[in-house]
Amino acid sequence: MRGVPFILCLIAAAAVIFACGRWIDNSYAFFAAYVVVQYIVLGTAWNILGGYTGYVNFGVTAFFAIGAYSTVVLYKLVPALPLPVMVLVGGVMAGLVGLGTGYLTLRLRGVFFSIATLALAVVVQTLITNWDFVGGARGAYVLRPRVAPLIGGEYVQYLFLVMLGLCVIVLATARAIERSALGYGFTAIRDDEAAAEASGVPTLKLKLIATTLSGGFMGMAGAPLPYYVTYLDPASGFSLNYAVNAIAMPLIGGMNSWVGPIVGAVLVGGLQEYLRVTISSAVNVLVVGVLLVVFVIAAPQGIVGLFQRKK
Amino acid sequence: MTAILHVEGLGKRFGGFVALDSIELEVQDGERLGLIGPNGSGKSTLVNCICGTLQNETGSVRFAGQALDGLSAHERTRRGLARSFQLPRPFGSLSLMDNLRIPILYTVNARGGARAIGNEAIVARCRDLLGEVGLVAKADRLPRDLTQIEMRKLELARAMAAEPKLLIADEVMAGLSHNEVDEIIALLIRLNDQGVTVIMIEHIMRAVMEVSQRLAVLVAGRKIADGAPKDVVRDPEVVKAYLGE
Ligand SMILES: Nc1ncnc2c1ncn2[C@@H]1O[C@H](COP(=O)(O)OP(=O)(O)O)[C@@H](O)[C@H]1O
Ligand SMILES: [Mg+2]
Repeated sequence: MRGVPFILCLIAAAAVIFACGRWIDNSYAFFAAYVVVQYIVLGTAWNILGGYTGYVNFGVTAFFAIGAYSTVVLYKLVPALPLPVMVLVGGVMAGLVGLGTGYLTLRLRGVFFSIATLALAVVVQTLITNWDFVGGARGAYVLRPRVAPLIGGEYVQYLFLVMLGLCVIVLATARAIERSALGYGFTAIRDDEAAAEASGVPTLKLKLIATTLSGGFMGMAGAPLPYYVTYLDPASGFSLNYAVNAIAMPLIGGMNSWVGPIVGAVLVGGLQEYLRVTISSAVNVLVVGVLLVVFVIAAPQGIVGLFQRKK
Repeated sequence: MTAILHVEGLGKRFGGFVALDSIELEVQDGERLGLIGPNGSGKSTLVNCICGTLQNETGSVRFAGQALDGLSAHERTRRGLARSFQLPRPFGSLSLMDNLRIPILYTVNARGGARAIGNEAIVARCRDLLGEVGLVAKADRLPRDLTQIEMRKLELARAMAAEPKLLIADEVMAGLSHNEVDEIIALLIRLNDQGVTVIMIEHIMRAVMEVSQRLAVLVAGRKIADGAPKDVVRDPEVVKAYLGE
């Protein structure tokens, strides 16, 4: 397998990062790092559809919250379930919704697809807000275990480890796609769908693969959230921040490669965390907005694109 | 000879405008057919309906013994129908090499069997194809670095990359120099010698007469003539359609 050395490198990098965290042993550092890694996962997931095939999904929160709320459901039904299993279930649920959405909307092109995904986010939020079992509008409490399973220490360390593992999987998948026939097919769809069809690309099938993978990974990114926040209500689960960041980070980092969402998430996520601590959390969104406008105008290929052009 | 393509009563409207009116067309296996007609007569629309880019409202298309009705464009390409777009539609973010890689991956390799090839062979094949249309020097460039004329050549190369049984070239020679026209003529005839059936849509009459074994004429969405090229160009109705333009 060609991707194996890369996956080993990713795992090594993740291990080093986690070891550093253990060495620093500061729970704030874990909470902050979790957010950044979660955004790498979310941004990469969004990019599989938005960056590779060019279908802009505004409904990020629908998929993210489906993952989060499927964990709430599982927590109420089988609280003993290990977190990675919950992540998997959340991913499958969101992936199925991605598949269904794809089926219903992918005959729509461009902006009409985007509007449909926005509508999906509204529909899912309305459903969950009116679903008493998961707390409805009041929200739900999830008790975070005091000690992390397997590794010991605070539970947030375990949350971070799970997110880090997910990040390895998602990045490895994104890179594998880029180098495979699938990735070439996605690019052909983004560039010209009629020409792609004429070249033998089964565009509908490929777009369904993209919506399913993208939605599934977004759901996985959201699945540990209830344990992270311990109190989840629709306002936080469907926060606009997730949608804005998931789109802004690949855009700022670069949408043509798996590196882009990492660069974007580390830079923007890091900056946001810094601003949240030093100024206020309200200024976050403003900063992302300004960055987004600057990049769309000045560097539409993102930061990675700035370096590639010099080649 | 047997018919590889059989178009029967094909009709296509855009709103209230009848672009194609019950077209009948048969192309024999291994034949070179020229398709001419004034601008706007429906030639490209016919190509789009045959290849599944557009859906015709009436009539049917049979290819290599099977009905194509209801099949999407990519399924038709995989069955051996390839076309160039008159207005070039390259994959803008892919190099010329990778533009040709798409049909190889998704048509030749997707058909499976002995012709499926690995990465090194794909690269070699893309180079050969670009060489055939005189674009090998720009193999690693992006389509936006090409002239409109070069993009037409890329269109032809991309259609050829799908290794079709029937190749439809929609005005690939427009704007080409005398020598380049000769090169493309030679290329089409060479392909045809290898067994590929060719439909050529063209305005350059020298090329039409040199390539076509048979000539069909569309005027205002109707086929008004079909037969030996030298007879067709003398047909009074054809002459009138062209002079009246
Ligand atoms: N997508 C479309 N929508 C509406 N009208 C179209 C469309 N495509 C082609 N037409 C019209 O159909 C007619 C035939 O066009 P076309 O097939 O491109 O002619 P040709 O290739 O013979 O020049 C023209 O009048 C053109 O304006
Ligand atoms: Mg035309």
